[in-house]
Amino acid sequence: MLEKILQVNDLRIQFKSGKETVQPIRGVNFHVNRGETLGIVGESGCGKSVTSLSVMGLLPVKSSKIVSGEILFNNRDISRLNEKEFRKLRGNEISMIFQEPMTSLNPVFTIGEQLSEPLRQHKKMSKSETRKTIITVLKQVGLPRAEQIIDEYPHQLSGGMRQRVMISLALLCQPKLMIADEPTTALDVTIQAQILELLKDIKTKNDMSLMLITHDLSVVAEMCDRVVVMYAGEVVEEAEVNELFDRPLHPYTQGLMKSLPSNNERKSTLFSIQGQVPKPSEIKEGCVFANRCPFAFEKCLAETPPAFKKGEHISKCWLQEPALEEVKHSGEPSIVIS
Amino acid sequence: MESQVLLSVKNLKKYYEIPQGMFKEKILVRAVDDVNFTVMKGETFALVGESGCGKSTTGRTILRLVEPTAGEVIFKGTNLATLPYDQMRSMRKQMQMVFQDPYASLNPKKTIRQILMEPLRVHDKFDKKERLQKVISMLQIVGLSEYHLDRYPHEFSGGQRQRIGIARAVILQPDFIIADEPVSALDVSVQSQVINLMLELQKEFGLTYLFISHDLSVIQHMTDRVAVMYLGKIVEIAETEDLFNNPKHPYTQALLSAVPVKHPKEEKSRIILKGDVPSPANPPSGCTFHPRCPFAMEICKSVMPEPTEFEKGHTANCHLYIKNEEEIKHAVIYS
Repeated sequence: MLEKILQVNDLRIQFKSGKETVQPIRGVNFHVNRGETLGIVGESGCGKSVTSLSVMGLLPVKSSKIVSGEILFNNRDISRLNEKEFRKLRGNEISMIFQEPMTSLNPVFTIGEQLSEPLRQHKKMSKSETRKTIITVLKQVGLPRAEQIIDEYPHQLSGGMRQRVMISLALLCQPKLMIADEPTTALDVTIQAQILELLKDIKTKNDMSLMLITHDLSVVAEMCDRVVVMYAGEVVEEAEVNELFDRPLHPYTQGLMKSLPSNNERKSTLFSIQGQVPKPSEIKEGCVFANRCPFAFEKCLAETPPAFKKGEHISKCWLQEPALEEVKHSGEPSIVIS
Repeated sequence: MESQVLLSVKNLKKYYEIPQGMFKEKILVRAVDDVNFTVMKGETFALVGESGCGKSTTGRTILRLVEPTAGEVIFKGTNLATLPYDQMRSMRKQMQMVFQDPYASLNPKKTIRQILMEPLRVHDKFDKKERLQKVISMLQIVGLSEYHLDRYPHEFSGGQRQRIGIARAVILQPDFIIADEPVSALDVSVQSQVINLMLELQKEFGLTYLFISHDLSVIQHMTDRVAVMYLGKIVEIAETEDLFNNPKHPYTQALLSAVPVKHPKEEKSRIILKGDVPSPANPPSGCTFHPRCPFAMEICKSVMPEPTEFEKGHTANCHLYIKNEEEIKHAVIYS
């Protein structure tokens, strides 16, 4: 049995906007096994970033609230920790790489000053030790002239180098889980290939688990062991990566794959999913994807489908109902099959 | 079929100067350096390259949204580079642009009606009464409806805004559209809708596109010919299928190999380039790609390669293929 390093159970997050409240995360379940790479795929606004922020405890305190559910990290519920307790965890056992390497480094501090922060926070080290550790980590992520870069400012580095600095920042305290939120979206393809290669490499070397959040299916194909597909604040499908690419079960996943230009004949009309993602305020009863789904029938509009499980392949679609046995997640409405 | 040249760009240059202080010499940034290509009528010509390679600047210089430093842009026999301002302005009736960021390229204070009416008003096209009819029919073509006329851009999603951006460009019925990364800010499912729209419009109005993108899978899908740019220069031009099946320039080969796989089981031999793109303010001597090139030779450091033609319409600027006594051995190995 694989050890689960992170487990998210029936997570629901609410946001206040003005007088209204919206709930962009409505019952998310997934887990990350030790040493694996889990991909979370979805389009913008599907809640993948909010989910990852909640794992890091970085949700805005005033306007957001975890309504229900739990986040277990090493079997300890971290969803309701206070700021002080979170600080011990963040950057130490869980760390995160953000999307924008251009804006996530502070422009007025040198690389060395920024990188020494987690060490000061979590480890007792002398100044010279800190410097040595930082240089080793910078070399580990493949930065040339690490001894000089440590005293340089972020603007002196290119995008790819800044992303490497961000990765080294996340690596410093040897975390058990690294969350990478669209780590290569802002980068060019050749640099993207470098960074993905690096992430794979350091993951095996440091025996970490990686949670990779992306909208790019090809990055998933390249990197992940298992994949979670999110749509409008719900997990609609979860499977091992080969299984997902060979036999996608949910119509949304199928649509996504079919709409990639590389899966269509040149110059032909691309397959596309009609319509657009519903806003959190527009979501009604029934399946969230029903209004865009080519296979939707009455039941889809009336009832929210539970997660159906076929081996390790989970999908939330009524089409899977007869063939598959149903799994009951805590808090999930159980169905009566007539 | 006899293809007609619609646009030809000759020795186009755009240099930016960075002042270094009163008595110091200015630094020259060669954003676009001696670019040559032609676009045929009715085709989709792609400019591809990494960020900072000058592909967007090339597009903007053609429309003279940025003034070129030197060179000629010949559109239907007129040299745009030297045209006076008002004539250039009326030329833009025939050539329009679709911008990358659908969030920034629409004026937030104007309604869709005003946004789409403006090009018609500026170029004084159609009767005043006819214009509204035109706007509505254009909205329907791009998949929106009359009902959206009095809404503001913030009420639309990214994909819808890009449709409005496309409608604004096509409403003048131009011959030529420069699309600068029109789909890179969009999600996959919306991206395919916008690509379909662009392909449809091309068929319907016989448009010619200059398609600027860094996304190779989109380029492979929808373009006819491709020019690969690196540091302000075109390094390879070929027909799309030819380029993807048989890339010649080492940079193109690396670029194509860096495209992520389609399926987890697909094995791919990668050429991982070392380092980053050098700064265009201080480009390397000789062939600008030589510091990162796995096949770099002595000559690459000093001499800029001239274009070599392989088959018809496929050229690459690389010393590997120049028929020189010494180099001929390499050329055989790597071609």
